[in-house]
Amino acid sequence: QLSLFRFTVKRPFSTSHSSVDSKEIKKFQLLAHKWWDEEGEYAALHSMNDIRVPFIRDTLLSMSSNYHLGNPLSGIKILDVGCGGGLLSEPLGRLGASVTGIDPVEDNIRTADQHKSFDPVLAERIQYKSSSLEEIVEESMETFDVIVASEVVEHVADLETFIKCCSQVLKPEGSLFITTINKTQLSYVLGIVVAEKIMGIVPEGTHEWEKFVPPEELERLLESNGFSVKTVSGMLYNPLSGSWSWMESRSLNYAVHAVKSGAPAQSHATDTLPETDIQQRSATAGTAG
Amino acid sequence: SSSAMAALRGRALLAPLGARLSAGPRAPLRSAASAPPLYDVLVSGGGMVGSAMAAVLGHDIHFHDKKIALLEAGPRKEYDQMPDSYSNRVSSISPGSATLLSSCGAWDHVCSLRLKPFRRMQVWDACSEAMIVFEKDDLDDMGYIVENDVIMSALTKQLDAVADRVEVFYRSKAVGYTWPLPSHSCDTSPWVQVELADGRRLQTKLLIGADGHNSMVRQKAKIKNIEHKYDQSAVVATLHLSEATDNNVAWQRFLPTGPIALLPLSDTASSLVWSTSHDHASELLAMDEESFVDSINSAFWSNINHSDFIDTAGAMFRSAISLLKPSGTAVRQLPPSVAKVDPESRAMFPLGMGHATEYVQHRVALIGDAAHRVHPLAGQGVNLGFGDIACLAHHLSAAAFNGSDLGSLKHLLKFETERQRHNVSLIAATDVLKRLYSTTLAPLVLLRTWGLQATNALPPVKVRI
Repeated sequence: QLSLFRFTVKRPFSTSHSSVDSKEIKKFQLLAHKWWDEEGEYAALHSMNDIRVPFIRDTLLSMSSNYHLGNPLSGIKILDVGCGGGLLSEPLGRLGASVTGIDPVEDNIRTADQHKSFDPVLAERIQYKSSSLEEIVEESMETFDVIVASEVVEHVADLETFIKCCSQVLKPEGSLFITTINKTQLSYVLGIVVAEKIMGIVPEGTHEWEKFVPPEELERLLESNGFSVKTVSGMLYNPLSGSWSWMESRSLNYAVHAVKSGAPAQSHATDTLPETDIQQRSATAGTAG
Repeated sequence: SSSAMAALRGRALLAPLGARLSAGPRAPLRSAASAPPLYDVLVSGGGMVGSAMAAVLGHDIHFHDKKIALLEAGPRKEYDQMPDSYSNRVSSISPGSATLLSSCGAWDHVCSLRLKPFRRMQVWDACSEAMIVFEKDDLDDMGYIVENDVIMSALTKQLDAVADRVEVFYRSKAVGYTWPLPSHSCDTSPWVQVELADGRRLQTKLLIGADGHNSMVRQKAKIKNIEHKYDQSAVVATLHLSEATDNNVAWQRFLPTGPIALLPLSDTASSLVWSTSHDHASELLAMDEESFVDSINSAFWSNINHSDFIDTAGAMFRSAISLLKPSGTAVRQLPPSVAKVDPESRAMFPLGMGHATEYVQHRVALIGDAAHRVHPLAGQGVNLGFGDIACLAHHLSAAAFNGSDLGSLKHLLKFETERQRHNVSLIAATDVLKRLYSTTLAPLVLLRTWGLQATNALPPVKVRI
């Protein structure tokens, strides 16, 4: 019965080992200057911050014993993969994290750089680089405490490669946060037909239902690549109020928190790495940007 | 996409936010390197409300690493000890406001300087016997009469305590504001530019206008203000009572010309707030001290405005109530009589009401009298401002902890909705009361007489007030 939904006759997987799909790049290039209009094409992503930032923040706080509520993510190095115009990088930066934002679309990086440049605190804490994940792997082995890949995995060409690369640049015991869309009849109807074609919540053509990822498959790929999945939560967008909320069902949008298994001798299971360790790693690993 | 599709776009069904951008001079192109100092929050106006806003944010844990600025046109005000005589500008502080001041550590200073708690408020009509008494069942304090200078001094101390986060600019007046374009327009500064009288420039991510009922922030932001000058002025003075008494009752009597209130300062002194016509106010200021004192005593004690009709009708209603609800009529206490007025303490200022149609815009919020101005008859003025602070600080604190842009309309609108809901009904009610009590016409007097008596008999209504 799924044949009803195969409207898009595209070839989602490139033959290269890259996780970047060139067709996806073109789609986002056209909208590069629209990122920061809170009421524009990306309004739903702006309001998604209201749940994904607290999700990331509170998960990290609960795993740490040493933090200050005035600067909760201070000392944490975060990689924002597919950062777009920096919508998620900036709040994480404001909360004290050192953020590296990467995106294959140069125009997005230009927009993101421009937007952060007026705020000296953000300008220092956030570095943007036009790059794919694979391109930074070599210079960033085990560099980051946290990776966030929000609304990204439904656009990548090869999900397993993507996850392997995440594992390589993540420190042991590091956290991976993913938000994405499930592949269900409901997500086709609401996520594509209604969201894109009828209500315009998402710019038309943004998503291809073929590339949506069911949580079971994502979990399987994560677990078989050295990750332990800690949380999977459903998310719901209310187009009337323009706001997101958590929900039990994962049949539409969902969020995942996974932890990279660490070498046992490294550190305490529930503590972040001590300050000196972090500084040492920054010195030896060349960070992007 | 077609306009029909645009209409269906999944945006919040609020008034379009695009309309909340002020017309006015636009921020110039700047690079971050040569830019004026940038603050996370800048409060314009260092009165009680502006100073408290800065102090509360400065003591908020989520603002620990933020930069706050406070602009005050006047000099720094701090007292280690109050002068012997009382200032003629006092405020009635509600328990909720006391809690707010406590949260930033200022209330302790107020208590160590001076204040007068009161347990009871007696409000009555000059045209009848109708009276309403407010008091809390548990004999807790209903409120506190505090000199404005005391509150300012306490707040100054607490601002000093967070000087690493809050920078106070004394003797600094803002003369111009420049507004940013909406945040998606990339090439100009996204911040609010503030120009000071001495030529210095500051930038801020959020501008809070606490600059009083003639707010320049509000005017420059082109926010419409509904305002109305009452044909009344308030006369204030510091009075000395004929004899020492517990003095823990606040008295207010509605005369046809306006309400006269006696607010306790100590066992022997009270503060006068007499709202009356401009001419009468000028007379009161001009007359000699003895005549002034006589006028006050007469205003509280005289029955000249009673009419037999009203008295009888009122008495009948009272008997009716006592049949239905035996405890519904309260014992009338007698207000103290006044012996002396502090020389030099008489002053007057004109009264009006005002309400801003919007409390917020992109990167701008109004609090206190800049947003709303009421008649002193309800003793609410500064308490509304403190309520604004509690609400705005709550939303800003949450926004800071979410890493949000502090000037974003999203959370500012939540503040506006909550406070307008609360303030509008109170301001309207105060305005109605003021007009209702400005007449001697029998039907209206009867209405308010019965209304007051009925209100006095009904506990739930009284508690809400």
